[in-house]
Amino acid sequence: MRIDGKGLVDRSAPVRFTFDGVAYEGFRGDTVASALLANGVRVVGRSFKYHRPRGVLTAGSEEPNALVEVIEVGQQTPNVRATVQEIFPGLEVKSQNRWPSLKYDVMAVNDMLSPFLSAGFYYKTFMWPRKFWERVYEPIIRRAAGLGSLSGRHDEADYEKAFAFCDLLVIGAGPAGLMAAVQGARAGVDVILADENPVMGGRLLADGGEIDGRPASVWVAEVLAELEAAPNVRLMVRTSVTGAYDGGTFSALERVGLHVAARANLPRECFWRIVAGQTVLAAGALERSIAFADNDRPGVMMASSLRAYVNRYGVSPGKRVTIFANNDDARLSARALMAAGVDVAAIVDTRADASTLEDCPVYAGAEVVGTKGRHGLSAITVRHRGGEMQIETDCLGVSGGWNPLVHLTCHMNGRPVWDADLAAFVPVAGAVPGLHAAGACAGVFSTQGCLADGARVAVLALGVLGRAVRAVDAPVAEDAPYAVLPLWEVKGKGRAWLDFANDVTTKDVRLAAQENFASVEHMKRYTTQGMAPDQGKNSNVGALAVLADATGRSIAQTGTTTYRAPFSPVSIAAMGAGGRGAGFAPQRFMTSHGASVDRRAPMVEAGLWYRPSYFPKGAETTWREACDREVVMVREAVGVCDVSTLGKIDIQGADAARFLDLVYTNVFSTLPVGRVRYGLMLRADGHVLDDGTTARLGENHYLMTTTTAAAGLVMRHLDFVQQAYCGDWDVRFVSVTENWAQFAVAGPRARALLASLVSVDLPFMGCSRVEFGGVGARVFRISFSGEEGYEIAVPSRYGEALFRDLVARAETLGGGPYGMEALNVLRIEKGFITHAEIDGRTTAFDIGLAGMISARKDCIGKAAAGRSGLTGAARLQMVGLRPVMQAAITAGAHLFTPGDEVRRENDQGYVTSVGYSPMMEGYLGLAFLRDGRARIGEMVRLVDHLRDIDVLCEVCDPVFHDKEGVKLRG
Amino acid sequence: MGNLIAKRPLGVDPVGHGDLVLAEVDLGRVTSVAPFAGADVARVLKPLVFPAPGVVSSKGDARLVWTGRGQAFLFGAVPEGLGAVAALSDQSDGWAGLSLTGTGAVDVLARLVPLDLRALVPGQCARTTLGHMPLILIAVFGGFEVLVFRSMARSAWHEVEQALRMWGARAQC
Amino acid sequence: MRITCPLCGPRDRREFYYYGSEDYLTQPEVGDLDAVDAQLHLRDNVAGRVRDVWYHEAGCASWLVVTRDTVSHAVEKVELVANVKGILAKTKLKGGAA
Repeated sequence: MRIDGKGLVDRSAPVRFTFDGVAYEGFRGDTVASALLANGVRVVGRSFKYHRPRGVLTAGSEEPNALVEVIEVGQQTPNVRATVQEIFPGLEVKSQNRWPSLKYDVMAVNDMLSPFLSAGFYYKTFMWPRKFWERVYEPIIRRAAGLGSLSGRHDEADYEKAFAFCDLLVIGAGPAGLMAAVQGARAGVDVILADENPVMGGRLLADGGEIDGRPASVWVAEVLAELEAAPNVRLMVRTSVTGAYDGGTFSALERVGLHVAARANLPRECFWRIVAGQTVLAAGALERSIAFADNDRPGVMMASSLRAYVNRYGVSPGKRVTIFANNDDARLSARALMAAGVDVAAIVDTRADASTLEDCPVYAGAEVVGTKGRHGLSAITVRHRGGEMQIETDCLGVSGGWNPLVHLTCHMNGRPVWDADLAAFVPVAGAVPGLHAAGACAGVFSTQGCLADGARVAVLALGVLGRAVRAVDAPVAEDAPYAVLPLWEVKGKGRAWLDFANDVTTKDVRLAAQENFASVEHMKRYTTQGMAPDQGKNSNVGALAVLADATGRSIAQTGTTTYRAPFSPVSIAAMGAGGRGAGFAPQRFMTSHGASVDRRAPMVEAGLWYRPSYFPKGAETTWREACDREVVMVREAVGVCDVSTLGKIDIQGADAARFLDLVYTNVFSTLPVGRVRYGLMLRADGHVLDDGTTARLGENHYLMTTTTAAAGLVMRHLDFVQQAYCGDWDVRFVSVTENWAQFAVAGPRARALLASLVSVDLPFMGCSRVEFGGVGARVFRISFSGEEGYEIAVPSRYGEALFRDLVARAETLGGGPYGMEALNVLRIEKGFITHAEIDGRTTAFDIGLAGMISARKDCIGKAAAGRSGLTGAARLQMVGLRPVMQAAITAGAHLFTPGDEVRRENDQGYVTSVGYSPMMEGYLGLAFLRDGRARIGEMVRLVDHLRDIDVLCEVCDPVFHDKEGVKLRG
Repeated sequence: MGNLIAKRPLGVDPVGHGDLVLAEVDLGRVTSVAPFAGADVARVLKPLVFPAPGVVSSKGDARLVWTGRGQAFLFGAVPEGLGAVAALSDQSDGWAGLSLTGTGAVDVLARLVPLDLRALVPGQCARTTLGHMPLILIAVFGGFEVLVFRSMARSAWHEVEQALRMWGARAQC
Repeated sequence: MRITCPLCGPRDRREFYYYGSEDYLTQPEVGDLDAVDAQLHLRDNVAGRVRDVWYHEAGCASWLVVTRDTVSHAVEKVELVANVKGILAKTKLKGGAA
């Protein structure tokens, strides 16, 4: 019911939206909840377990009941809080947890079965037969329970992530937060004021009191005008600060585009990481309920929300309202309603000594013991000194007192302490370094107190920032003491709800205690109290009070459960903003990418790089046909392959040679200028880190090559060795990977191809600078294929041109490009390792390169490599494998001694790489086999249960092709 | 053989919103400079100075940009004799340059860079990340130069462009 | 979590790579296998003050010794590995072919 002349919504801007297909009208500034209440809609959803009809309970982000689905094109967002979702033209909202309709819900039968559905019933009921667990019970339970539903489609909308920095972060823009922000603004520090609401002002707008004799909203407007005009202040509305982290870092979720119709490029949400020098937490407090029989009927609401609906939205949630409270604060709601002309039928105050001076009947020392009304409240039963009576009412505002929002103060392991006077948990100072609670979240409940406390705490925070300022004078406002008589539940027959979202009743909590789930953390998990999207914001304290009562402990002894981030729900899409599809990881493209794609090469990921898998030709229909052809092409003619992804590190300085001797197992100081050497690098723990070739370009100038996979790793390692062990050596290095495009030209006609380009005569493992039409290039005579091979490097800008040129030249010689598949087969035939073999668990001894650890010098990892257990017959050693029959073998397969049972205990090793060799006309594998080198010539049984392979293989030397290296040396 | 054709890392046209423009920039000649121990680079570098962390030394078009521990990138011609006192490596083709200038440059990059970009003023630079990409960020008048690995240029462009589009849509909201 | 790099200033944890105890800054000597084992693997795992080696991977490429409290998460001190005194003295290094 809309009240004329009240509220801050824009009466000149009507907004039409639909709820369950029915069109309704609200005003700009309305939430779904306020607009539905204005239209007299009371039932907005069905509850989680019992499918009871539920209405709006609160006016804020803590709402446990009014969870709805928002439907957009391609989107369906469940569990949206109707109290948070702003309406906009065309907004489509659906109730959830009901079928076929909100009014007639089949699953409401659960409510009849409630005696059997108490806490823990899953564990007790669905015990046997065991085979029903996953196939029968779980699907049934999943369908019956659950909150809301998803579209089942990918979320194609835009989301954002962003970083922000400030000196002073103020969380919450109520009286305390606004004062703190003003204090910061005037001190000239860099301020961010964040508030979860679309309009700042917090309870000043909801309570509708006066400040300095004028409406509070006027004061709020003036303060906001000052803050908006201040260049050092950023106001972040619709932004919930959701977590406190180390180093003054906070997470926050901004609802960017959720209050307007979807539009291109407008993000739905932004996930902020805010780094603050100091923080004032002015999050306020939340009203808590009192549990009594059937307190979940639509129309039963939080007392403070009633005045929020009146003052902010100009809506009365009922026509004949009653109030049930244990404190003075709830009187404000009664007065606000009466002032707005709403009939207040009664105030039921639990306190015997409560004032009865109101313009409505007040029952002191009374309690609400029951409610009536099928689809919404129609009457309450009140027990007072004279007995029980019924009061007809369609809306009951309940207040059990206020709980400071201590959440963020507890995100770094802090626990709040119980304040007996306030009957509430209050934060402990210093629980989060640099975060100071102010106002209601610190247990200061009067408006005047909050205004003054906001200024006081901001002065404190500014002092830490080195700004000594005086607190600005707080304006005059309501300053009534907070008087509360704790009452958590009205005992009696019937179910009394604590957690509305998860349908947890006082009976469930008592059952938990009875079954010895008496710790608050156990009770929580047994009953699911506080585990719904609202995280029990207005029910947790009540539940633990009931638990305290049931276990005979005090509330302080019972303690709270752990407060964890996020404070309010954060969509994974926002946290992962930008990470969808190609945004998942950077894509690295070689200069030849376009040329390879032109040749229809499927590009495969190699780390972040994209490399051609193979180059299909003519009538080839499978990758194997192309791969086999490319292998033969390299072996018999010439192939061209882009190897730019290999890491290249330029190393210079008088101590460069000495440095390489330290990081490599073998000696590089003796390498002549103009020559290349293969090197092996160990980690400190003696295992192989990486391998690659290093060229000596000058006396004090080397160019190191790393594997593609370990390029970053090696750079990090070199930095470590240099900075930790030889900071005073004259050695400088820098990555030049990206600066050079490098192509392998391999095969018996490689020399002919090179000769057509440039006149250079290189010995095996030689290198030289050359020029191609004015472009400085480098040529290395190295090979990863076992054929005579060259690698030609040019500055990257010329990479594509050179690749196309080399491929064209190769084609005139009967060759062409080859991809990763062929490269892999070629190196397996030659027994060359990759990170499939040096996977971090293998030693130089294992791969047969123990001889590369120079005896003449020390090197990183040498000491550790000498440990027992890293060498010897017990080690798995690298060998070659050939199946005895024409059969496929697989990497990942395990090896067994023929005759042994295939069991883990008998495992003899595993296969790391396989490929089909067209030259050998059969599969070849590289494997690690226990005492492998001594078993060459023997048989092993290769078993791959996943791919159903069981083949006898002959153990061979890992070098299958050109063992003497004749072809390599030309 | 004939002349090899040089290609830009991206070869894309500028995009923008209002006066905010994202464009590919030609970095020209880039050389990494790492002074050798005890060497007197100051004499050779004059009028440039080897920059302190986060600093850009510039004179005319020549710039010496700090890029890491004991390392700077020289944009422009290499002074005579520098190779004797510092390790020099050509980086002209290793990095792709984007520029983002105009109103909102700070806000757009704040989507991707975990630094307080308001504090980065012309004459300053930073090594950090752009999303998951290594980044050399140089503050210039009215905005930034964004240097990423050449191979990652497309991803970088895509991410900045997307941030720019979303920022533009926000501005209209 | 934030770490103040001595060269780059305060930075987000995402820019750093964590290696492990500062014990790694000492090179074990060839031959003393117990010392090698201890240096590589034996850690006190204290709840409290630790000194660990981190790498400013996405920044200036400095290796750092970060003194940090594993209980409060407070970062007490950040030093450049290259500047940490005594490391070179402790490390009897015989690199090079000579």
